[in-house]
Amino acid sequence: MSEKPSEPDPSIVPEILPDEEPVTGKVVRPPDENLGDDRRKLERGPAQKPHPEATPVVQVENVSLAFDEPILEDVSFQANEGETVVVVGESGTGKSTILKLLLRLLVPDKGAVLVDGQDIVDLSFNEALKVRQKMGMVFQSAALFDSLTVFENVAYPLREHTELNEEEIEARVREKLEFVDLEPDKVMSQMPAELSGGMRKRVGIARGMANNPEIMLYDEPTSGLDPLTTATITHLIMKLQKELSVTSIVVSHDIRSSFRMGTKIALLADRRIAYFGTPEDMRKQDDEYIGRFLGGY
Amino acid sequence: MRLSGFNDAAKQKVFSLQEYFVLSAKSIGFIFRRPFYTQDVVQQMDAIGVQSLTIILLTGFFTGMVLALQTSVQLATFGATMYVGRLVTATMIRELGPVLAGLMVAGRVGSGIAAQLGSMRVTEQIDALNTLGTDPIKKLVTPRVLAALIMVPVLTIIADVAGIFGGNVIASTYLGLPPSLYWRTVWEQIASGGFTLRYIPVDFVHGLVKPFVFGAIIVTVACYLGLNTKGGTEGVGVSTTRTVVVSSIMILIIDYFITQILLAVL
Ligand SMILES: Nc1ncnc2c1ncn2[C@@H]1O[C@H](COP(=O)(O)OP(=O)(O)OP(=O)(O)O)[C@@H](O)[C@H]1O
Ligand SMILES: [Mg+2]
Repeated sequence: MSEKPSEPDPSIVPEILPDEEPVTGKVVRPPDENLGDDRRKLERGPAQKPHPEATPVVQVENVSLAFDEPILEDVSFQANEGETVVVVGESGTGKSTILKLLLRLLVPDKGAVLVDGQDIVDLSFNEALKVRQKMGMVFQSAALFDSLTVFENVAYPLREHTELNEEEIEARVREKLEFVDLEPDKVMSQMPAELSGGMRKRVGIARGMANNPEIMLYDEPTSGLDPLTTATITHLIMKLQKELSVTSIVVSHDIRSSFRMGTKIALLADRRIAYFGTPEDMRKQDDEYIGRFLGGY
Repeated sequence: MRLSGFNDAAKQKVFSLQEYFVLSAKSIGFIFRRPFYTQDVVQQMDAIGVQSLTIILLTGFFTGMVLALQTSVQLATFGATMYVGRLVTATMIRELGPVLAGLMVAGRVGSGIAAQLGSMRVTEQIDALNTLGTDPIKKLVTPRVLAALIMVPVLTIIADVAGIFGGNVIASTYLGLPPSLYWRTVWEQIASGGFTLRYIPVDFVHGLVKPFVFGAIIVTVACYLGLNTKGGTEGVGVSTTRTVVVSSIMILIIDYFITQILLAVL
Protein backbone atom coordinates (compact mmCIF):
# COMPACT_ATOMS: atom_id res chain seq x y z
CA MET A 1 0.00 0.00 0.00
CA SER A 2 1.66 3.18 -1.12
CA GLU A 3 -0.63 5.56 0.66
CA LYS A 4 -2.86 5.10 3.57
CA PRO A 5 -6.50 4.67 2.87
CA SER A 6 -7.89 8.09 2.13
CA GLU A 7 -10.57 9.28 4.43
CA PRO A 8 -13.94 9.45 2.77
CA ASP A 9 -14.43 12.91 1.34
CA PRO A 10 -16.91 14.47 3.77
CA SER A 11 -18.54 16.52 1.01
CA ILE A 12 -19.38 13.37 -0.88
CA VAL A 13 -20.33 10.81 1.69
CA PRO A 14 -24.06 11.03 1.97
CA GLU A 15 -25.52 12.15 5.22
CA ILE A 16 -27.82 9.20 5.48
CA LEU A 17 -24.97 7.02 6.55
CA PRO A 18 -25.31 6.52 10.30
CA ASP A 19 -28.34 5.74 12.37
CA GLU A 20 -30.37 4.35 9.54
CA GLU A 21 -33.36 2.40 10.59
CA PRO A 22 -32.79 -1.32 11.04
CA VAL A 23 -32.02 -2.80 7.68
CA THR A 24 -34.00 -5.93 8.09
CA GLY A 25 -37.22 -4.13 8.92
CA LYS A 26 -39.48 -4.40 5.95
CA VAL A 27 -41.34 -1.29 5.08
CA VAL A 28 -44.64 -2.03 3.48
CA ARG A 29 -45.44 0.44 0.78
CA PRO A 30 -48.97 1.80 0.79
CA PRO A 31 -50.63 0.25 -2.21
CA ASP A 32 -51.91 3.50 -3.69
CA GLU A 33 -48.63 5.33 -3.68
CA ASN A 34 -47.74 6.74 -7.04
CA LEU A 35 -44.49 5.27 -8.22
CA GLY A 36 -44.26 7.29 -11.40
CA ASP A 37 -41.65 9.71 -12.54
CA ASP A 38 -42.94 12.55 -10.38
CA ARG A 39 -41.75 10.97 -7.20
CA ARG A 40 -38.28 10.57 -8.59
CA LYS A 41 -38.08 14.14 -9.78
CA LEU A 42 -39.31 15.47 -6.50
CA GLU A 43 -36.65 13.77 -4.51
CA ARG A 44 -33.76 14.43 -6.79
CA GLY A 45 -31.51 17.42 -6.57
CA PRO A 46 -29.16 18.38 -3.77
CA ALA A 47 -28.65 15.72 -1.17
CA GLN A 48 -31.44 15.97 1.31
CA LYS A 49 -31.88 15.04 4.87
CA PRO A 50 -32.46 11.35 5.44
CA HIS A 51 -35.89 10.39 4.29
CA PRO A 52 -38.19 10.27 7.24
CA GLU A 53 -39.20 6.80 6.22
CA ALA A 54 -36.85 4.83 4.03
CA THR A 55 -38.60 3.20 1.09
CA PRO A 56 -37.16 -0.08 -0.08
CA VAL A 57 -36.56 0.09 -3.81
CA VAL A 58 -34.85 -3.23 -4.31
CA GLN A 59 -35.59 -6.22 -2.10
CA VAL A 60 -34.08 -9.66 -2.37
CA GLU A 61 -35.90 -12.08 -0.10
CA ASN A 62 -34.68 -15.58 0.77
CA VAL A 63 -33.46 -16.21 -2.72
CA SER A 64 -31.94 -19.55 -3.66
CA LEU A 65 -30.51 -20.42 -7.03
CA ALA A 66 -28.64 -23.41 -8.38
CA PHE A 67 -27.09 -23.98 -11.79
CA ASP A 68 -25.25 -27.26 -11.83
CA GLU A 69 -24.65 -26.83 -8.14
CA PRO A 70 -26.14 -24.40 -5.61
CA ILE A 71 -24.84 -20.85 -6.06
CA LEU A 72 -27.05 -18.83 -3.72
CA GLU A 73 -28.91 -20.02 -0.66
CA ASP A 74 -31.39 -18.00 1.32
CA VAL A 75 -29.94 -14.66 0.27
CA SER A 76 -31.73 -11.56 1.52
CA PHE A 77 -30.88 -7.87 1.47
CA GLN A 78 -32.51 -4.66 0.44
CA ALA A 79 -31.65 -1.24 -0.85
CA ASN A 80 -33.67 1.74 0.22
CA GLU A 81 -34.22 4.78 -1.89
CA GLY A 82 -31.01 6.71 -2.46
CA GLU A 83 -28.82 4.08 -0.87
CA THR A 84 -25.73 2.46 -2.33
CA VAL A 85 -25.48 -1.20 -1.40
CA VAL A 86 -22.13 -2.74 -2.23
CA VAL A 87 -22.09 -6.50 -2.70
CA VAL A 88 -18.64 -7.88 -1.96
CA GLY A 89 -17.31 -11.40 -1.95
CA GLU A 90 -14.73 -13.67 -3.45
CA SER A 91 -14.61 -14.40 -7.13
CA GLY A 92 -17.21 -16.91 -8.26
CA THR A 93 -19.49 -16.54 -5.26
CA GLY A 94 -22.40 -15.33 -7.35
CA LYS A 95 -22.19 -11.55 -7.24
CA SER A 96 -22.88 -11.05 -10.92
CA THR A 97 -25.62 -13.64 -10.60
CA ILE A 98 -27.38 -11.43 -8.03
CA LEU A 99 -27.42 -8.52 -10.48
CA LYS A 100 -28.82 -10.79 -13.18
CA LEU A 101 -31.58 -11.79 -10.77
CA LEU A 102 -32.41 -8.14 -10.17
CA LEU A 103 -32.63 -7.59 -13.92
CA ARG A 104 -34.65 -10.76 -14.27
CA LEU A 105 -32.15 -12.13 -16.73
CA LEU A 106 -32.29 -15.08 -14.34
CA VAL A 107 -35.14 -16.35 -12.21
CA PRO A 108 -34.51 -17.68 -8.69
CA ASP A 109 -35.44 -21.23 -7.76
CA LYS A 110 -36.89 -19.98 -4.50
CA GLY A 111 -37.59 -16.62 -2.94
CA ALA A 112 -38.69 -13.24 -4.23
CA VAL A 113 -37.08 -10.28 -5.93
CA LEU A 114 -38.97 -7.02 -5.58
CA VAL A 115 -38.36 -3.81 -7.47
CA ASP A 116 -40.36 -0.83 -6.28
CA GLY A 117 -42.48 -3.25 -4.31
CA GLN A 118 -43.33 -5.31 -7.38
CA ASP A 119 -42.36 -8.97 -7.43
CA ILE A 120 -40.53 -9.46 -10.71
CA VAL A 121 -40.10 -13.23 -10.55
CA ASP A 122 -43.33 -14.14 -12.28
CA LEU A 123 -43.41 -11.38 -14.84
CA SER A 124 -43.87 -12.17 -18.51
CA PHE A 125 -41.06 -11.38 -20.89
CA ASN A 126 -42.61 -8.10 -21.98
CA GLU A 127 -43.42 -6.97 -18.46
CA ALA A 128 -39.84 -7.71 -17.51
CA LEU A 129 -38.65 -5.48 -20.36
CA LYS A 130 -40.68 -2.67 -18.79
CA VAL A 131 -39.28 -3.17 -15.30
CA ARG A 132 -35.77 -3.17 -16.73
CA GLN A 133 -36.34 0.33 -18.03
CA LYS A 134 -36.24 1.56 -14.44
CA MET A 135 -32.74 0.19 -14.12
CA GLY A 136 -29.41 1.10 -15.61
CA MET A 137 -26.80 -1.62 -15.70
CA VAL A 138 -23.05 -1.29 -16.06
CA PHE A 139 -21.62 -4.64 -17.06
CA GLN A 140 -18.39 -6.19 -15.85
CA SER A 141 -17.03 -6.08 -19.40
CA ALA A 142 -18.90 -2.82 -20.24
CA ALA A 143 -20.78 -4.79 -22.94
CA LEU A 144 -20.86 -1.88 -25.36
CA PHE A 145 -22.41 -2.77 -28.69
CA ASP A 146 -19.31 -3.07 -30.80
CA SER A 147 -21.05 -2.45 -34.10
CA LEU A 148 -22.23 0.98 -32.91
CA THR A 149 -20.33 4.21 -32.23
CA VAL A 150 -20.02 5.59 -28.72
CA PHE A 151 -22.74 8.08 -29.56
CA GLU A 152 -25.14 5.39 -30.75
CA ASN A 153 -24.35 3.27 -27.73
CA VAL A 154 -25.30 6.00 -25.28
CA ALA A 155 -28.25 7.04 -27.43
CA TYR A 156 -29.53 3.45 -27.64
CA PRO A 157 -31.84 3.47 -24.59
CA LEU A 158 -33.14 6.88 -25.64
CA ARG A 159 -34.02 5.71 -29.12
CA GLU A 160 -35.63 2.58 -27.73
CA HIS A 161 -37.76 4.10 -25.02
CA THR A 162 -38.24 7.81 -25.48
CA GLU A 163 -39.78 10.05 -28.06
CA LEU A 164 -36.88 12.50 -27.92
CA ASN A 165 -35.96 14.05 -31.25
CA GLU A 166 -32.46 13.95 -32.70
CA GLU A 167 -31.37 17.25 -31.10
CA GLU A 168 -32.60 16.28 -27.67
CA ILE A 169 -30.89 12.94 -27.96
CA GLU A 170 -27.61 14.56 -28.88
CA ALA A 171 -27.91 17.01 -25.98
CA ARG A 172 -28.61 14.16 -23.58
CA VAL A 173 -25.72 12.06 -24.87
CA ARG A 174 -23.33 15.01 -24.48
CA GLU A 175 -24.60 15.65 -20.98
CA LYS A 176 -24.05 12.04 -19.94
CA LEU A 177 -20.61 11.80 -21.52
CA GLU A 178 -19.58 14.99 -19.75
CA PHE A 179 -20.93 13.58 -16.50
CA VAL A 180 -18.52 10.66 -16.80
CA ASP A 181 -15.63 13.00 -17.64
CA LEU A 182 -15.33 12.16 -21.30
CA GLU A 183 -15.01 14.78 -24.01
CA PRO A 184 -18.10 14.32 -26.16
CA ASP A 185 -16.55 15.77 -29.31
CA LYS A 186 -13.61 13.46 -29.06
CA VAL A 187 -15.26 10.13 -28.26
CA MET A 188 -18.74 10.34 -29.77
CA SER A 189 -17.79 9.14 -33.21
CA GLN A 190 -15.32 6.50 -32.01
CA MET A 191 -16.04 2.79 -31.98
CA PRO A 192 -15.85 0.91 -28.65
CA ALA A 193 -12.84 -1.08 -29.86
CA GLU A 194 -10.88 2.16 -30.13
CA LEU A 195 -11.31 3.03 -26.46
CA SER A 196 -9.24 2.11 -23.44
CA GLY A 197 -10.73 -0.15 -20.77
CA GLY A 198 -11.42 2.71 -18.38
CA MET A 199 -13.06 4.80 -21.10
CA ARG A 200 -15.21 1.85 -22.09
CA LYS A 201 -16.41 1.46 -18.51
CA ARG A 202 -17.27 5.14 -18.39
CA VAL A 203 -19.18 4.96 -21.66
CA GLY A 204 -20.95 1.97 -20.12
CA ILE A 205 -21.93 4.12 -17.16
CA ALA A 206 -23.10 6.89 -19.47
CA ARG A 207 -25.25 4.41 -21.39
CA GLY A 208 -26.62 2.92 -18.18
CA MET A 209 -27.73 6.32 -16.92
CA ALA A 210 -28.87 7.79 -20.24
CA ASN A 211 -32.51 7.09 -19.52
CA ASN A 212 -32.28 8.59 -16.01
CA PRO A 213 -33.08 5.30 -14.32
CA GLU A 214 -34.04 5.28 -10.67
CA ILE A 215 -31.83 2.28 -9.96
CA MET A 216 -28.26 1.79 -11.12
CA LEU A 217 -26.52 -1.58 -11.04
CA TYR A 218 -22.77 -1.80 -11.45
CA ASP A 219 -20.84 -5.04 -11.95
CA GLU A 220 -17.25 -4.51 -10.88
CA PRO A 221 -17.05 -0.97 -12.19
CA THR A 222 -13.44 -0.60 -11.09
CA SER A 223 -11.90 -4.01 -11.60
CA GLY A 224 -8.75 -4.09 -13.66
CA LEU A 225 -8.29 -0.34 -13.56
CA ASP A 226 -5.46 1.75 -12.18
CA PRO A 227 -5.94 3.47 -8.80
CA LEU A 228 -6.59 6.89 -10.34
CA THR A 229 -9.26 5.67 -12.75
CA THR A 230 -10.71 3.61 -9.92
CA ALA A 231 -10.98 6.76 -7.85
CA THR A 232 -12.61 8.62 -10.74
CA ILE A 233 -15.22 5.93 -11.22
CA THR A 234 -15.88 5.58 -7.50
CA HIS A 235 -16.34 9.32 -7.40
CA LEU A 236 -18.75 9.14 -10.34
CA ILE A 237 -20.94 6.57 -8.65
CA MET A 238 -21.08 8.70 -5.53
CA LYS A 239 -21.84 11.79 -7.59
CA LEU A 240 -24.71 10.00 -9.25
CA GLN A 241 -26.11 8.98 -5.91
CA LYS A 242 -25.64 12.39 -4.34
CA GLU A 243 -26.82 14.58 -7.19
CA LEU A 244 -29.63 12.44 -8.51
CA SER A 245 -30.35 10.34 -5.41
CA VAL A 246 -30.22 7.21 -7.49
CA THR A 247 -30.44 3.89 -5.68
CA SER A 248 -27.38 1.84 -6.53
CA ILE A 249 -26.27 -1.75 -6.19
CA VAL A 250 -22.55 -2.11 -6.77
CA VAL A 251 -20.73 -5.40 -7.09
CA SER A 252 -17.12 -5.03 -6.20
CA HIS A 253 -14.14 -6.76 -4.75
CA ASP A 254 -12.23 -3.58 -4.17
CA ILE A 255 -12.83 -3.19 -0.47
CA ARG A 256 -11.47 0.33 -0.20
CA SER A 257 -13.76 1.88 -2.80
CA SER A 258 -16.64 -0.20 -1.44
CA PHE A 259 -16.24 1.45 1.92
CA ARG A 260 -16.05 4.86 0.32
CA MET A 261 -19.22 4.61 -1.68
CA GLY A 262 -21.33 2.09 0.18
CA THR A 263 -24.02 3.08 2.61
CA LYS A 264 -24.49 -0.65 3.20
CA ILE A 265 -22.24 -3.59 2.53
CA ALA A 266 -23.47 -7.07 1.76
CA LEU A 267 -20.79 -9.71 2.09
CA LEU A 268 -21.45 -12.87 0.13
CA ALA A 269 -19.61 -15.94 1.35
CA ASP A 270 -20.28 -19.60 0.98
CA ARG A 271 -23.56 -19.05 -0.92
CA ARG A 272 -25.00 -16.90 1.86
CA ILE A 273 -24.99 -13.31 3.00
CA ALA A 274 -22.40 -13.39 5.78
CA TYR A 275 -22.87 -9.75 6.67
CA PHE A 276 -25.30 -7.01 5.73
CA GLY A 277 -25.09 -3.58 7.29
CA THR A 278 -23.19 -0.34 7.34
CA PRO A 279 -19.44 -0.25 6.65
CA GLU A 280 -18.81 1.17 10.12
CA ASP A 281 -20.50 -1.75 11.83
CA MET A 282 -18.72 -4.16 9.54
CA ARG A 283 -15.38 -2.96 10.75
CA LYS A 284 -16.49 -3.56 14.33
CA GLN A 285 -17.55 -7.11 13.60
CA ASP A 286 -15.71 -9.73 15.51
CA ASP A 287 -15.85 -12.39 12.83
CA GLU A 288 -12.75 -14.11 11.59
CA TYR A 289 -13.80 -14.34 7.93
CA ILE A 290 -14.87 -10.71 7.82
CA GLY A 291 -11.61 -9.74 9.44
CA ARG A 292 -9.67 -11.65 6.83
CA PHE A 293 -11.79 -10.26 4.03
CA LEU A 294 -11.23 -6.70 5.15
CA GLY A 295 -7.54 -7.50 5.42
CA GLY A 296 -6.94 -4.87 8.08
CA TYR A 297 -8.64 -2.14 6.12
CA MET B 1 -26.26 -44.40 -13.84
CA ARG B 2 -25.84 -44.62 -17.56
CA LEU B 3 -29.49 -44.96 -18.30
CA SER B 4 -30.58 -41.83 -16.49
CA GLY B 5 -27.64 -40.01 -18.02
CA PHE B 6 -28.89 -41.01 -21.43
CA ASN B 7 -32.38 -39.97 -20.45
CA ASP B 8 -31.20 -36.54 -19.38
CA ALA B 9 -29.26 -36.11 -22.60
CA ALA B 10 -32.35 -37.04 -24.59
CA LYS B 11 -34.48 -34.63 -22.61
CA GLN B 12 -31.90 -31.93 -23.20
CA LYS B 13 -32.05 -32.59 -26.95
CA VAL B 14 -35.82 -32.39 -27.02
CA PHE B 15 -35.69 -29.22 -24.97
CA SER B 16 -33.16 -27.61 -27.33
CA LEU B 17 -35.27 -28.55 -30.30
CA GLN B 18 -38.29 -26.99 -28.68
CA GLU B 19 -36.32 -23.84 -27.90
CA TYR B 20 -35.17 -23.71 -31.50
CA PHE B 21 -38.73 -23.81 -32.78
CA VAL B 22 -39.86 -21.19 -30.29
CA LEU B 23 -37.07 -18.90 -31.44
CA SER B 24 -37.90 -19.46 -35.10
CA ALA B 25 -41.61 -18.89 -34.57
CA LYS B 26 -41.01 -15.75 -32.55
CA SER B 27 -38.57 -14.30 -35.04
CA ILE B 28 -41.03 -14.79 -37.87
CA GLY B 29 -43.92 -13.44 -35.80
CA PHE B 30 -41.96 -10.27 -35.08
CA ILE B 31 -41.69 -9.51 -38.80
CA PHE B 32 -45.17 -8.08 -38.62
CA ARG B 33 -44.92 -6.25 -35.29
CA ARG B 34 -43.54 -2.86 -34.30
CA PRO B 35 -40.93 -1.55 -33.88
CA PHE B 36 -39.52 -2.42 -37.27
CA TYR B 37 -35.76 -2.31 -37.32
CA THR B 38 -35.72 -1.38 -41.01
CA GLN B 39 -32.15 -0.16 -40.94
CA ASP B 40 -30.97 -3.47 -39.55
CA VAL B 41 -32.86 -5.33 -42.26
CA VAL B 42 -31.21 -3.26 -45.00
CA GLN B 43 -27.83 -3.78 -43.42
CA GLN B 44 -28.39 -7.54 -43.23
CA MET B 45 -29.61 -7.67 -46.83
CA ASP B 46 -26.29 -6.14 -47.75
CA ALA B 47 -24.33 -8.55 -45.56
CA ILE B 48 -26.21 -11.64 -46.67
CA GLY B 49 -26.97 -10.76 -50.26
CA VAL B 50 -24.68 -8.19 -51.80
CA GLN B 51 -21.54 -9.44 -50.13
CA SER B 52 -22.20 -13.01 -51.24
CA LEU B 53 -22.53 -12.02 -54.90
CA THR B 54 -19.02 -12.91 -55.99
CA ILE B 55 -18.95 -16.41 -54.55
CA ILE B 56 -22.46 -17.08 -55.83
CA LEU B 57 -21.56 -15.96 -59.34
CA LEU B 58 -18.42 -18.09 -59.34
CA THR B 59 -20.24 -21.10 -57.91
CA GLY B 60 -23.07 -20.86 -60.44
CA PHE B 61 -20.87 -20.19 -63.44
CA PHE B 62 -18.42 -23.04 -62.87
CA THR B 63 -21.15 -25.46 -61.92
CA GLY B 64 -22.94 -24.66 -65.18
CA MET B 65 -19.75 -25.19 -67.16
CA VAL B 66 -18.92 -28.50 -65.55
CA LEU B 67 -22.49 -29.67 -65.98
CA ALA B 68 -22.36 -28.92 -69.70
CA LEU B 69 -19.05 -30.68 -69.97
CA GLN B 70 -20.12 -33.81 -68.14
CA THR B 71 -23.55 -34.18 -69.70
CA SER B 72 -22.22 -33.61 -73.20
CA VAL B 73 -20.13 -36.75 -72.82
CA GLN B 74 -23.20 -38.76 -71.88
CA LEU B 75 -25.42 -37.11 -74.46
CA ALA B 76 -22.88 -37.73 -77.20
CA THR B 77 -23.37 -41.48 -76.82
CA PHE B 78 -27.02 -40.95 -77.82
CA GLY B 79 -26.13 -38.37 -80.43
CA ALA B 80 -28.10 -35.85 -78.44
CA THR B 81 -25.43 -33.25 -77.68
CA MET B 82 -27.79 -30.49 -78.79
CA TYR B 83 -29.89 -31.04 -75.69
CA VAL B 84 -27.15 -29.96 -73.34
CA GLY B 85 -29.02 -26.68 -72.66
CA ARG B 86 -32.04 -28.59 -71.39
CA LEU B 87 -30.04 -30.63 -68.93
CA VAL B 88 -28.04 -27.72 -67.61
CA THR B 89 -31.20 -25.65 -67.16
CA ALA B 90 -33.21 -28.33 -65.40
CA THR B 91 -30.39 -29.30 -63.07
CA MET B 92 -29.39 -25.76 -62.22
CA ILE B 93 -32.88 -24.41 -61.58
CA ARG B 94 -34.29 -27.43 -59.79
CA GLU B 95 -31.36 -28.71 -57.77
CA LEU B 96 -27.88 -27.35 -58.00
CA GLY B 97 -28.75 -23.65 -57.95
CA PRO B 98 -30.73 -23.79 -54.70
CA VAL B 99 -28.55 -26.37 -52.96
CA LEU B 100 -25.19 -24.90 -53.88
CA ALA B 101 -26.31 -21.35 -53.14
CA GLY B 102 -27.70 -22.62 -49.83
CA LEU B 103 -24.45 -24.35 -48.94
CA MET B 104 -22.38 -21.32 -49.87
CA VAL B 105 -24.60 -19.03 -47.83
CA ALA B 106 -24.46 -21.47 -44.90
CA GLY B 107 -20.69 -21.36 -45.04
CA ARG B 108 -20.30 -17.66 -45.54
CA VAL B 109 -23.31 -16.07 -43.86
CA GLY B 110 -24.36 -18.69 -41.32
CA SER B 111 -20.91 -18.89 -39.80
CA GLY B 112 -20.68 -15.10 -39.70
CA ILE B 113 -24.00 -14.75 -37.91
CA ALA B 114 -23.15 -17.44 -35.38
CA ALA B 115 -19.78 -15.86 -34.67
CA GLN B 116 -21.26 -12.41 -34.30
CA LEU B 117 -24.15 -13.37 -32.04
CA GLY B 118 -21.89 -15.78 -30.15
CA SER B 119 -19.39 -13.10 -29.31
CA MET B 120 -22.22 -10.74 -28.40
CA ARG B 121 -23.40 -13.43 -25.99
CA VAL B 122 -20.04 -14.03 -24.33
CA THR B 123 -19.26 -10.31 -24.01
CA GLU B 124 -22.63 -9.74 -22.30
CA GLN B 125 -23.98 -7.64 -25.18
CA ILE B 126 -27.05 -9.86 -25.38
CA ASP B 127 -27.66 -9.29 -21.67
CA ALA B 128 -27.15 -5.59 -22.31
CA LEU B 129 -29.82 -5.63 -25.02
CA ASN B 130 -32.24 -7.33 -22.66
CA THR B 131 -31.36 -4.87 -19.93
CA LEU B 132 -31.96 -1.91 -22.21
CA GLY B 133 -35.43 -3.26 -22.81
CA THR B 134 -34.91 -4.71 -26.29
CA ASP B 135 -35.90 -8.23 -27.22
CA PRO B 136 -32.75 -9.68 -28.79
CA ILE B 137 -34.83 -11.93 -31.03
CA LYS B 138 -36.62 -8.96 -32.45
CA LYS B 139 -33.52 -6.82 -32.78
CA LEU B 140 -31.05 -9.44 -33.99
CA VAL B 141 -32.86 -12.51 -35.33
CA THR B 142 -35.86 -11.05 -37.13
CA PRO B 143 -33.90 -8.67 -39.39
CA ARG B 144 -31.58 -11.51 -40.36
CA VAL B 145 -34.44 -13.91 -41.07
CA LEU B 146 -36.25 -11.33 -43.16
CA ALA B 147 -33.10 -10.45 -45.07
CA ALA B 148 -32.41 -14.13 -45.75
CA LEU B 149 -35.97 -14.83 -46.89
CA ILE B 150 -35.51 -12.13 -49.50
CA MET B 151 -31.87 -12.51 -50.44
CA VAL B 152 -31.30 -16.27 -50.58
CA PRO B 153 -33.91 -16.70 -53.38
CA VAL B 154 -32.37 -13.75 -55.19
CA LEU B 155 -28.91 -15.26 -54.86
CA THR B 156 -30.25 -18.56 -56.12
CA ILE B 157 -31.72 -16.95 -59.23
CA ILE B 158 -28.36 -15.30 -59.83
CA ALA B 159 -26.60 -18.66 -59.43
CA ASP B 160 -29.07 -20.27 -61.86
CA VAL B 161 -28.55 -17.59 -64.48
CA ALA B 162 -24.77 -17.70 -64.05
CA GLY B 163 -24.89 -21.48 -64.41
CA ILE B 164 -26.94 -21.39 -67.59
CA PHE B 165 -24.55 -18.82 -69.03
CA GLY B 166 -21.65 -21.05 -68.02
CA GLY B 167 -23.33 -23.90 -69.91
CA ASN B 168 -23.62 -21.69 -72.95
CA VAL B 169 -19.91 -20.88 -72.84
CA ILE B 170 -19.05 -24.58 -72.96
CA ALA B 171 -21.75 -25.34 -75.54
CA SER B 172 -20.56 -22.70 -77.98
CA THR B 173 -16.80 -23.07 -77.51
CA TYR B 174 -16.23 -26.71 -76.69
CA LEU B 175 -19.23 -28.41 -78.25
CA GLY B 176 -19.62 -26.01 -81.15
CA LEU B 177 -23.37 -25.50 -80.68
CA PRO B 178 -24.69 -22.15 -81.91
CA PRO B 179 -25.96 -19.99 -79.02
CA SER B 180 -29.37 -19.63 -80.65
CA LEU B 181 -29.83 -23.40 -80.45
CA TYR B 182 -28.60 -23.48 -76.85
CA TRP B 183 -31.02 -20.80 -75.73
CA ARG B 184 -33.89 -22.45 -77.59
CA THR B 185 -33.32 -25.68 -75.69
CA VAL B 186 -33.14 -23.71 -72.44
CA TRP B 187 -36.57 -22.30 -73.12
CA GLU B 188 -37.90 -25.67 -74.28
CA GLN B 189 -36.88 -27.14 -70.95
CA ILE B 190 -38.63 -24.42 -68.95
CA ALA B 191 -41.79 -24.77 -71.07
CA SER B 192 -41.80 -28.55 -71.15
CA GLY B 193 -41.74 -28.83 -67.38
CA GLY B 194 -45.33 -27.60 -67.41
CA PHE B 195 -46.94 -24.62 -65.69
CA THR B 196 -48.77 -24.14 -62.44
CA LEU B 197 -51.42 -21.45 -62.17
CA ARG B 198 -51.10 -21.28 -65.94
CA TYR B 199 -48.05 -19.00 -66.14
CA ILE B 200 -45.56 -20.16 -63.55
CA PRO B 201 -43.19 -22.82 -64.86
CA VAL B 202 -42.98 -25.79 -62.50
CA ASP B 203 -39.19 -25.58 -62.64
CA PHE B 204 -39.39 -22.12 -61.12
CA VAL B 205 -41.60 -23.32 -58.29
CA HIS B 206 -39.05 -25.99 -57.40
CA GLY B 207 -36.26 -23.49 -57.73
CA LEU B 208 -37.81 -20.84 -55.53
CA VAL B 209 -39.51 -22.80 -52.75
CA LYS B 210 -36.19 -24.34 -51.84
CA PRO B 211 -34.02 -21.26 -51.32
CA PHE B 212 -36.83 -19.67 -49.33
CA VAL B 213 -36.81 -22.58 -46.91
CA PHE B 214 -33.01 -22.90 -46.93
CA GLY B 215 -32.61 -19.21 -46.10
CA ALA B 216 -34.88 -19.57 -43.10
CA ILE B 217 -33.04 -22.68 -41.90
CA ILE B 218 -29.55 -21.23 -42.22
CA VAL B 219 -30.35 -18.05 -40.34
CA THR B 220 -32.47 -19.57 -37.57
CA VAL B 221 -29.90 -22.29 -36.91
CA ALA B 222 -27.09 -19.72 -36.88
CA CYS B 223 -28.99 -17.39 -34.56
CA TYR B 224 -30.05 -20.17 -32.22
CA LEU B 225 -26.57 -21.63 -31.87
CA GLY B 226 -24.99 -18.18 -31.69
CA LEU B 227 -27.33 -16.91 -28.97
CA ASN B 228 -26.83 -20.09 -26.96
CA THR B 229 -23.04 -19.93 -27.07
CA LYS B 230 -21.43 -21.04 -23.82
CA GLY B 231 -17.88 -21.06 -22.61
CA GLY B 232 -16.26 -17.84 -23.69
CA THR B 233 -14.33 -17.22 -26.87
CA GLU B 234 -13.75 -20.91 -27.42
CA GLY B 235 -17.50 -21.43 -27.40
CA VAL B 236 -17.84 -18.99 -30.28
CA GLY B 237 -15.70 -21.25 -32.44
CA VAL B 238 -17.78 -24.26 -31.48
CA SER B 239 -21.04 -22.51 -32.34
CA THR B 240 -19.66 -21.36 -35.66
CA THR B 241 -18.57 -24.81 -36.72
CA ARG B 242 -21.79 -26.41 -35.55
CA THR B 243 -23.82 -23.87 -37.48
CA VAL B 244 -22.12 -24.72 -40.76
CA VAL B 245 -22.38 -28.46 -40.18
CA VAL B 246 -25.97 -28.49 -38.95
CA SER B 247 -27.36 -26.10 -41.55
CA SER B 248 -25.54 -27.80 -44.44
CA ILE B 249 -26.86 -31.21 -43.47
CA MET B 250 -30.34 -29.80 -42.92
CA ILE B 251 -30.24 -28.26 -46.40
CA LEU B 252 -29.40 -31.59 -48.00
CA ILE B 253 -32.01 -33.54 -46.03
CA ILE B 254 -34.79 -31.01 -46.44
CA ASP B 255 -33.97 -30.65 -50.13
CA TYR B 256 -34.88 -34.27 -50.58
CA PHE B 257 -38.21 -33.94 -48.82
CA ILE B 258 -39.19 -30.74 -50.58
CA THR B 259 -38.42 -32.36 -53.92
CA GLN B 260 -40.50 -35.37 -53.07
CA ILE B 261 -43.44 -33.27 -51.93
CA LEU B 262 -43.30 -30.96 -54.93
CA LEU B 263 -43.06 -33.87 -57.36
CA ALA B 264 -46.15 -35.39 -55.77
CA VAL B 265 -48.14 -32.16 -55.63
CA LEU B 266 -47.33 -30.39 -58.90
N1 LIG C 1 -25.23 -19.42 -16.90
C1 LIG C 1 -24.55 -20.15 -16.01
N2 LIG C 1 -24.58 -21.50 -16.07
C2 LIG C 1 -23.92 -22.26 -15.17
N3 LIG C 1 -23.18 -21.76 -14.17
C3 LIG C 1 -23.09 -20.42 -14.05
C4 LIG C 1 -23.77 -19.55 -14.97
N4 LIG C 1 -23.51 -18.27 -14.60
C5 LIG C 1 -22.71 -18.35 -13.52
N5 LIG C 1 -22.45 -19.63 -13.18
C6 LIG C 1 -21.66 -20.07 -12.04
O1 LIG C 1 -22.12 -19.37 -10.92
C7 LIG C 1 -21.05 -19.00 -10.09
C8 LIG C 1 -21.13 -17.53 -9.78
O2 LIG C 1 -20.91 -16.79 -10.94
P1 LIG C 1 -20.86 -15.21 -10.91
O3 LIG C 1 -20.51 -14.74 -12.28
O4 LIG C 1 -22.10 -14.68 -10.32
O5 LIG C 1 -19.64 -14.94 -9.93
P2 LIG C 1 -19.05 -13.57 -9.43
O6 LIG C 1 -19.21 -13.53 -7.96
O7 LIG C 1 -19.61 -12.46 -10.22
O8 LIG C 1 -17.51 -13.76 -9.77
P3 LIG C 1 -16.45 -12.68 -10.30
O9 LIG C 1 -16.08 -11.84 -9.13
O10 LIG C 1 -15.31 -13.53 -10.77
O11 LIG C 1 -17.10 -11.91 -11.41
C9 LIG C 1 -19.78 -19.42 -10.80
O12 LIG C 1 -19.30 -20.57 -10.18
C10 LIG C 1 -20.21 -19.71 -12.21
O13 LIG C 1 -19.47 -20.79 -12.70
MG1 LIG D 1 -18.92 -11.22 -11.74
